[in-house]
Amino acid sequence: MRPPAETTMARRPKLAVYKFSSCDGCQLQLLELEDELLELAGEIDIAYFLEARRRVEPGPYDIGLVEGSISTPEEEERIRQARRDCRVLIAIGACATSGGIQALRNWADIEEYTACVYAHPEYIATLDVASAVAGYVYVDFELRGCPVNKYQLVEVLTAVLAGRRPQVPTYSVCLECKRAGTPCVLVSRSIPCLGPITQAGCGALCPRYHRGCYGCYGPSETPNVTALCDYFIQNLGVTRPEIVRLLRGFNGYLEPFKTASDDYEQDSRL
Amino acid sequence: MSKTAASETRVIDVRALARVEGEGALFLRLENDQVAEVKLRIYEPPRFYEAFLRGRSYAEVPDLTARICGICPVAYQMSACHAIEMAFGVEVGGQLRALRRLLYCGEWIESHVLHMFLLHLPDFLGCESALALATDHRDLVVGALRLKKAGNELVRAIGGREVHPINACVGGFYRVPTRSDLEPAAEMLMASRGFAVDALRFLTGLEYPVLEMDYDNVALRHATEVAMNEGQVATSRGLEIPVSQFTDHFEELQVEHSNALHGRLKGGGSYLVGPLARLNLNWELYPQPLRDLAREIGFALPCRNQFKSILARGFETLYALDHALEIIRRYERPERSRVEVKPRAGVGHGCTEAPRGILYHRYELDADGLVRSADIVPPTAQNQPQIEADLAAFVPRVLHLSQDDLTLRCEQLIRNYDPCISCATHSLKVRVERRTR
Repeated sequence: MRPPAETTMARRPKLAVYKFSSCDGCQLQLLELEDELLELAGEIDIAYFLEARRRVEPGPYDIGLVEGSISTPEEEERIRQARRDCRVLIAIGACATSGGIQALRNWADIEEYTACVYAHPEYIATLDVASAVAGYVYVDFELRGCPVNKYQLVEVLTAVLAGRRPQVPTYSVCLECKRAGTPCVLVSRSIPCLGPITQAGCGALCPRYHRGCYGCYGPSETPNVTALCDYFIQNLGVTRPEIVRLLRGFNGYLEPFKTASDDYEQDSRL
Repeated sequence: MSKTAASETRVIDVRALARVEGEGALFLRLENDQVAEVKLRIYEPPRFYEAFLRGRSYAEVPDLTARICGICPVAYQMSACHAIEMAFGVEVGGQLRALRRLLYCGEWIESHVLHMFLLHLPDFLGCESALALATDHRDLVVGALRLKKAGNELVRAIGGREVHPINACVGGFYRVPTRSDLEPAAEMLMASRGFAVDALRFLTGLEYPVLEMDYDNVALRHATEVAMNEGQVATSRGLEIPVSQFTDHFEELQVEHSNALHGRLKGGGSYLVGPLARLNLNWELYPQPLRDLAREIGFALPCRNQFKSILARGFETLYALDHALEIIRRYERPERSRVEVKPRAGVGHGCTEAPRGILYHRYELDADGLVRSADIVPPTAQNQPQIEADLAAFVPRVLHLSQDDLTLRCEQLIRNYDPCISCATHSLKVRVERRTR
């Protein structure tokens, strides 16, 4: 990762936080750092962060955090400007890295969707698909999660400032689960769990609460999606439409979840 | 700014509102000192929840709708669960019901404290942010962050994490906490109680802009408790209806300048939801010590000044804190984490008190428990016409202010509502135009 050129200088690095189509939850993670927030604000100049402050310092910025997917013509213009304004641009959260839950509309007819929600669809300006930020501009790092883990967020900021690669594991939730000593919900309770194919980061939360992982952090490295889903079908009696819904969650438009969900959808029509 | 006797146009134009959740703008045009046009423009992109929920399973709905808002996910989970339970004919009582209230207390605290101290208070003290505020009022900001953390700890202890908790489900919870799971949160809440009271005393000493509005307050009302999850929808004009009749009396209209639908009372007009509306309607149900404290510090209810909503949030925070401690004290871990549910075809309605006001959900489900249609009415969409009405009434009284100060006051007025724009589009931008001819 390219370090911001002037971080060694006395000047505090400038941070910009952008919001696109999203729920605010990922940028909120910065404000949820109750113990670290004031210290962080001492180290970094929070130059543009509309949710937290009214004052806007003009760019360029050293680091830009981008929350949300790109889903309107105005957002497409704004993300290109953000890329020009930021030396390092980091996409945070499922919306910015996969399109997010609103990417479910990518499988649908957007005109029918608009008419379903709004009485005057002609007032609504929207792109045909909701996309990850990297679909439009070069992104230096993608931090997954719905929402992102706030400590991973701090790690990414720290790494960028130090000019090193962020230590964010890409292995599966299973490893976190085993390390925590949580009994496998798939084996011991026969609950369909996306843990084997989902990237770690949440702390293997759902199995600790006796429920299956539902994929908040997107696909892990080299996931075998069909092996797992076929197991669900053959051994747990899960139906194909249920598999399609399971894969089409907060990261459903990310490969290989997307193609696998399309395949199971085709199969269920045979 | 020169003022001529003839015709004067003045415009306030704020293109990206700060310290609100989501994206919005304000455009306000004055002709001869009267507000000729006021548009709270919500440009947050539409996310089409009601459309993509169709065909999803009832069991997914609480987790899917939670993603409408990262600040009040619990509210979405609760309204969704109650609506679906009504459709399936399921009642959730006893300790499971108490746990839901406890989870909601956590969200009221973290959401209210975030808004009061980090988003709203800087307006009263002439600061651009809480970070700037921390220079002169460090103890206040540190105390607020600690209280906020206590609320979040409660959400985490029950829900697994603060943003988009994973434990709530139709029928109850996936796993119920043990008593010792809840104790760290209880200790943090107790440690912050002194701050919550002192903060109220401090807030009551702020200078409040004068505003007197004849609000039609709308909130849930319950016979015996401060309503959170259950009750009738009540208004200060005397309407009191079961939640299932919500759409018979309230409607949502689409206006050209906003991606959020506008809430209206059928045959009526704008109305107020949120902390002040709740206190105005339900004050007699609040514990006596809280009412004594309000009297002592001179906060009189009913209150018709939304600038004082920050005090209403403060009282609700203190209530939620005390109530949470009481629920934890009486908590006995239930044997079953949830009531068994059996899908059946039907329609269900749910309405709960989100931090910003009533949040209504309606689902039509098929025999397999798949969603046939969904309707979600968030609090900010309902408050949007009232915000515009407040601006129209308030601005003519403060025309002596400079353009910058006037713009700031308009923004503050919008922030009175703790608007959650992400919710309202499942937005806010301020423009004040001043033209002198």
